[in-house]
Amino acid sequence: MPDFTKEHALNAVIALGLLVVPLWAYFAGEIFTITLFTRITILALAGVGLNIALGLGGMVSFGHAVYFGAGGYAAGILAQHAFNGAPLLGLSGSNQMLVIWLVAMAVSGLLAAVIGAFSLRTSGIFFIMITLAFAQMFYYFAISWPAYGGEDGLPIYVRNQFPGLNTMRPLELFLICWGVLMAGLALFATLRASRFGAALMAIRQNPDRVASLGINPFGIKLAAFVISGMVTGLAGALMADLSRFASPAGMAWTMSGELIVIIILGGTGRLFGPVVGAAFLVGFEVFFGGLTEHWKLWLGVVLLAAVLFGRGGIVGLIAGRERFG
Amino acid sequence: MTLALLFEQLLNGLQLGLMLFLMSAGLTLVFGVMGLINLAHGSLFMIGAFFCAAVAAASGNFWLGLVAGTAAAAAAGALIEVTVLRRLYTADHLDQVLATYALILILSEGTRIIFGPFPLYLDVPASLSGTVDLGLTLYPLYRLALIGFGLAVAVGLWFLISRTRLGVRIRAGENDREMIAALGVNIRALYTVVFALGAALAGMAGALVGAVQAVQVGMGEPVLILAFVVIVIGGIGSIKGAMVGALLVGVIDTMGRFLLPNIFATFMGASQASSIGSALASILIYLLMAVVLVLRPKGLFPPHA
Amino acid sequence: MADRETPVLELNNLRKSFGALKATDDVSLTLRAGEVHALIGPNGAGKSTLMAQISGRTLPDAGRIRFQGREITRLNEVRRAQLGLGRSFQISSLIPEYSARRNVMLALQARQSHSFRFFKPTLWDRVLIEGADDILERVGLRGRASVPSAELSHGERRLLEIAVALALEPKCFLLDEPMAGMGAEGAGQLVSFLRELKTQAPILLVEHDMDAVFALADRLSVLVYGRIIASGSVEEIRNDPQVREAYLGDSA
Repeated sequence: MPDFTKEHALNAVIALGLLVVPLWAYFAGEIFTITLFTRITILALAGVGLNIALGLGGMVSFGHAVYFGAGGYAAGILAQHAFNGAPLLGLSGSNQMLVIWLVAMAVSGLLAAVIGAFSLRTSGIFFIMITLAFAQMFYYFAISWPAYGGEDGLPIYVRNQFPGLNTMRPLELFLICWGVLMAGLALFATLRASRFGAALMAIRQNPDRVASLGINPFGIKLAAFVISGMVTGLAGALMADLSRFASPAGMAWTMSGELIVIIILGGTGRLFGPVVGAAFLVGFEVFFGGLTEHWKLWLGVVLLAAVLFGRGGIVGLIAGRERFG
Repeated sequence: MTLALLFEQLLNGLQLGLMLFLMSAGLTLVFGVMGLINLAHGSLFMIGAFFCAAVAAASGNFWLGLVAGTAAAAAAGALIEVTVLRRLYTADHLDQVLATYALILILSEGTRIIFGPFPLYLDVPASLSGTVDLGLTLYPLYRLALIGFGLAVAVGLWFLISRTRLGVRIRAGENDREMIAALGVNIRALYTVVFALGAALAGMAGALVGAVQAVQVGMGEPVLILAFVVIVIGGIGSIKGAMVGALLVGVIDTMGRFLLPNIFATFMGASQASSIGSALASILIYLLMAVVLVLRPKGLFPPHA
Repeated sequence: MADRETPVLELNNLRKSFGALKATDDVSLTLRAGEVHALIGPNGAGKSTLMAQISGRTLPDAGRIRFQGREITRLNEVRRAQLGLGRSFQISSLIPEYSARRNVMLALQARQSHSFRFFKPTLWDRVLIEGADDILERVGLRGRASVPSAELSHGERRLLEIAVALALEPKCFLLDEPMAGMGAEGAGQLVSFLRELKTQAPILLVEHDMDAVFALADRLSVLVYGRIIASGSVEEIRNDPQVREAYLGDSA
């Protein structure tokens, strides 16, 4: 049985802190803070998705924005059809989050299966460039396809609904997102501890050895890539509902870069790495963005320092190196 | 659709291809010799455009601007190589991605601080304005000059790599780093020179293209991603592959945008044809990349086959 | 089950060229149940290329490979491993961040079933843990079970390589220079361990350490410039004029 480590304690503190601050903000009337924390949880969830591919499997996908964006469009398109009553492929749209989430995950999983099937034929630097290029392909497709807003994106006039809660209230929307994030983290932890995870993490370190054991690296990696895309797609659907807007910008390469930044700053492959990274990134933007319009310059400097001098991200800094038992 | 239009689009495709080659040559060289993936290559393109526009505006001389833009990009390239990138040659690709992404942020904001938040506009030099009669069609002289310029640089680069001492060292560096270090070549200096050379080519492309599009922060990344497509198709590390890939991407992208809406218009309504045609055209080169990946996973001209 | 007369592994007229270089030139050899067949030859003779073709990492240009009577020439490495070709590596090639135990557990997992099991945590999996510890006990690494393989000594890593091969319960072992970098004492221990191992499954051994080869091999084949120039018992090989010429420069 694994022991209770410093990292477990840190994770518990973060999970609770993420819940307690918005509750406090609710009673203090700080609506902005609640929305800010909702943003953090959603970005963290997108990062948890990428962390499955990148952290566990070592697949440096520079195109995860495509799943994030696709999830957003799934939410936007379903909501639009529910709103105007027009049929979608013979079916009606939906304004139910649970339905939308399933569709968002199915669509982004399918995209990940197709992109992965091509990209995973390669590795290393090829893989990075190809995932980036394929994501860009869907981005260009989204902005040149006029039916769903093209470059302008797709507004969601009425936020989609969740049974028993009022999603128009910031705190209730936050609680939904927090719950989904916790489920995403539970999925990540389960995968990592499983036989699948053992094979996946081994492939990251030594794919040839794993093949010589009779485990096919391609199949394991593709499965992980698909699961990864689905989780990030789910986050995209949530983000579209938070901002009530499905944006092609969510599919742009900058979003892919941000997701990588979130993971590495937080701690690659660490369970709560994406949560810490997302909190850092959003906090940095709010704090330094208030001081100077050139805050991205300072973000660049921090990132450079993190690559050149820091190893293991913020979680690694606090909880030490990871041991795999 | 006339033959004249088709010819004009073909020239446009050729011109885009040659500008992409200038971008891709540096990227593929830096990967081939140093094993580095440089996302900030697009920033060097942008720096070239900005310095060219600013110097051309101040001096009234485009050519002075072109020299300044190329030199500024080379200097910026050498600076980031010496301060940051040389620490990353042995690092894993993830570190390279993150560090060069950070450089994009720094260089983009730095450019915004120096040149202000608004786009700059760069005029075509007076000696190259107007059009020239090519028989089939009138074609802008400046665009024709870009084709000539791109070809000249490509030939120059070929000469540099295959016929000079520096070229011998660069090719040796691609094959065996330890060996050329053992032979007494100053490998650090060689790397800086190679990087500055690639940066100069990117900056030159930015300066040249700056006269036909707005010079603004963020202009480099779309070109960077196209250059990635080029070198995935051509084979990473191969200059020849970059040339073939760049021309393929340039011509197919341009012709696709021109032809597809026209082709669809023959069997569907004009507005529908235009939207479907242009959406499909925008993804054509990525489909080409996918096909190449299936048939030749290491690109058309893998350098160490 | 193939009868005892059928070789476990059989190579027929394998050929592999890289450009003008004939790395494998018409190689035929067999590995029978219960034996150690050693493959020796000077550096650059093509031993690694031959091993890569047997394990399925590279495919031959011509010729056939049969394993337990079954044609495997065109199967990939993963399929061959699943059929029971157990391979150790010339250069220690383990999962560096995993402990010795986890390296063996991964091999056991690969042997037992497919790896698309998403839910049950492996660190609570008694079958894997106890199985791995038993195997580590056999090779004498039980006390180092929880050390990451990257932190093991060179000799320990070679032993862990063997442990991983054992966990796969292969029908035949392909061992690529298991003695490399071992001290005299470690090499001696490994020789007696391998002598016991061959009763479990036959061993095709590539090795530079001639003392170990002569102590272990039931049969020897000598590979020079991609060709097998001699094959036979240790005594026959020692007295073979062609071999003496290749190794010692004696002219016959």
